[in-house]
Amino acid sequence: MTEMTLGAALNSGLRRALADDDKVVLLGEDIGKLGGVFRVTDKLQEEFGPRRVIDTPLAEAGIIGTAVGLAYRGYRPVCEIQFDGFIYPGFDQIVAQVAKLHYRTRGAVKMPITIRVPFGGGIGAVEHHSESPEAYFAHTAGLRVISCSNPQDAHSMIREAIACDDPVLFFEPKRRYWLKGEVSDDADGLPMGNARVLTEGSDVTLVAYGPLVPTALDAAAAAAEDGTSIEVIDLRSLSPIDFAPIEASVRKTGRLVITHEAAQSGGIGAELAAAITERCFFWLEAAPARVTGFDTPYPPAALEDAFLPDLDRLLDAVDRVMGRRNSLTGWKASA
Amino acid sequence: MSDVSTTHEHTRTSSPAGGSPEDLHPGQLEDIVQLICPDGARTASPGFDPWVADVTDEDLLGLYEDMIVVRRIDTEATALQRQGELALWAPLLGQEAAQIGSGRALRSDDFVFSSYREHGVAYTRGARFGDLLSFWRGTTASGWDPYSIGMATPAVIIGAQTLHATGYALGCKHDGVDSVAVAYFGDGATSQGDVNEAMVFAASFQAPVIFFCQNNQWAISEPVGLQAQRHISDRAPGFGIPSMRVDGNDVLAVLAATRIALDRARRGGGPTFIEAVTYRMGPHTTSDDPKRYRPTGELDEWAAKDPITRLGRLLEGRGVLTEDVATRVQQKADAVAYEMRAACVALERHPDPLTVFDQVYSGPHSGLERQKSQYAAYLASLDGAQS
Repeated sequence: MTEMTLGAALNSGLRRALADDDKVVLLGEDIGKLGGVFRVTDKLQEEFGPRRVIDTPLAEAGIIGTAVGLAYRGYRPVCEIQFDGFIYPGFDQIVAQVAKLHYRTRGAVKMPITIRVPFGGGIGAVEHHSESPEAYFAHTAGLRVISCSNPQDAHSMIREAIACDDPVLFFEPKRRYWLKGEVSDDADGLPMGNARVLTEGSDVTLVAYGPLVPTALDAAAAAAEDGTSIEVIDLRSLSPIDFAPIEASVRKTGRLVITHEAAQSGGIGAELAAAITERCFFWLEAAPARVTGFDTPYPPAALEDAFLPDLDRLLDAVDRVMGRRNSLTGWKASA
Repeated sequence: MSDVSTTHEHTRTSSPAGGSPEDLHPGQLEDIVQLICPDGARTASPGFDPWVADVTDEDLLGLYEDMIVVRRIDTEATALQRQGELALWAPLLGQEAAQIGSGRALRSDDFVFSSYREHGVAYTRGARFGDLLSFWRGTTASGWDPYSIGMATPAVIIGAQTLHATGYALGCKHDGVDSVAVAYFGDGATSQGDVNEAMVFAASFQAPVIFFCQNNQWAISEPVGLQAQRHISDRAPGFGIPSMRVDGNDVLAVLAATRIALDRARRGGGPTFIEAVTYRMGPHTTSDDPKRYRPTGELDEWAAKDPITRLGRLLEGRGVLTEDVATRVQQKADAVAYEMRAACVALERHPDPLTVFDQVYSGPHSGLERQKSQYAAYLASLDGAQS
């Protein structure tokens, strides 16, 4: 057990993957000498050389398309997209090539490509540096989409993603890169495709992933002070979604709140709400509630606190599903 | 990166026209490499002749036969489409020399990343006839196992495969082997970002890749002038990639140019760009109608430069292509067409509906498995309703 930040845990996971399999190569912008703009690949080029940790020209389609060719050749490329909002130039290569080649070739060609995406807001950045594009990829057949929320998962899940024979979009909660926690090589072994129940609760099921998991835990702690028992579930995998623990939880609590930074319409929360309603309709005490970013572009930094789901908005949604007065009903006792 | 060496090579491979091409405005260059004239005469080219000095008349006859066969395959496939056996076909008519001359230059351990019109290249790689057609019949997502013939399944997104070739070539370089990746694409693709990014990456990493552009003059209805104001081959030197512009209807010139590029790549010289100037004599696909955009007389102009006719004339002049030989070649082509037709109609047109879920992932995906089991139950319920 070692205490380290989430960013350092990713670095150690990548180091292990590079050491364990010489077919693992890292590609990205500024990942070599600089170690990446968030230092996630710090010192890896020094250790493994410029043929394993490759600084690429500045072209996202080029990075992903080159990774496709390397995968054809038997390599396991790990691509870094520098910021969430930079992924769109590589979108075609991801959804039309990476995602479909296994299907297109009827399994003859594997695409064990991991695409690392620092995502989400809360760091006061300029445009294109705070987005949450995960739903586009969860909507795409052939991709696996996961997101970590703590150092141990960061370390374990990145290694599992790289070892996976399918392409994996790996969303890293960039504002949590400095979150500290214990990391061990012998984690609990929960596969990356599984959700994890973080706190047991009996009143409300609160599902989060990536950067909002700590926010959800804070909300649960605050609600507990008011006597409301919240079961927090870290979704971890957005494709596939591990519904079993959410179903089990909702059958217990009867109430579901889902939160993500990404826009609401067509998002992961919509999918969760629909699927849980289909599966748990007769157990539900209230309509599932979503607490999400708005259907707007990610705003300038001065407005991001208004955009991002926070503890108070989560508690407001908890009040809503609990049938208490809330922001929609108004706060007056007569409401 | 410490192992990246950047080439600043802007030189053209020497042209048979001689002179100093650098003196000319690139847009005015007519330095196209040609070894066999449309009338069948063999022209000398000091820069290229040594690369095909070993090619015997028998070898030339082999190339001739290949071209006859792939044209016959093309004719048959077009007929199969008209008869409702294929949903679509993208004819290669007119591009036989570009595809056979390059394809036959490759080794089995080289790897091709093509677009969707390279049936002739696929033939040289040894694709089975049914595998040439299953994609176009709509029965499978693509034809062959790429590793079985050293050729990726065709890319339909224009230009995407050039990056795949570059990545594969980078892998070859890192593996320490002298295999070469070849990217086939058209004139239209040269406008795509992917193709330009591929050239940047290939040059920066000195990847052993050949960019083989078949400039067939048309991107569906858009003439090449809409994609490029100068020769397409003129772009590559700007990326630090040497280029050649060859007569794509001259199978020997294409063979020579491809051999030069392959040799360069195998010796660690990095990427090379080849523009094979040819002509799409047919429609873009069987759904297209070139009468709406092709200028009057253009087809006749190019028919006079037909790739098969000119090699036939050369071989007739040398007494190699006799009437008997021509008959034998045609019989072989007909036999291939017959075999291909049989393979086509044998392709299952009504696969099990549940196979729609196959091979989306290499391992289990719980969401997809649930959809599959629910659909299976639905299908089973229909069976029950009918009985």
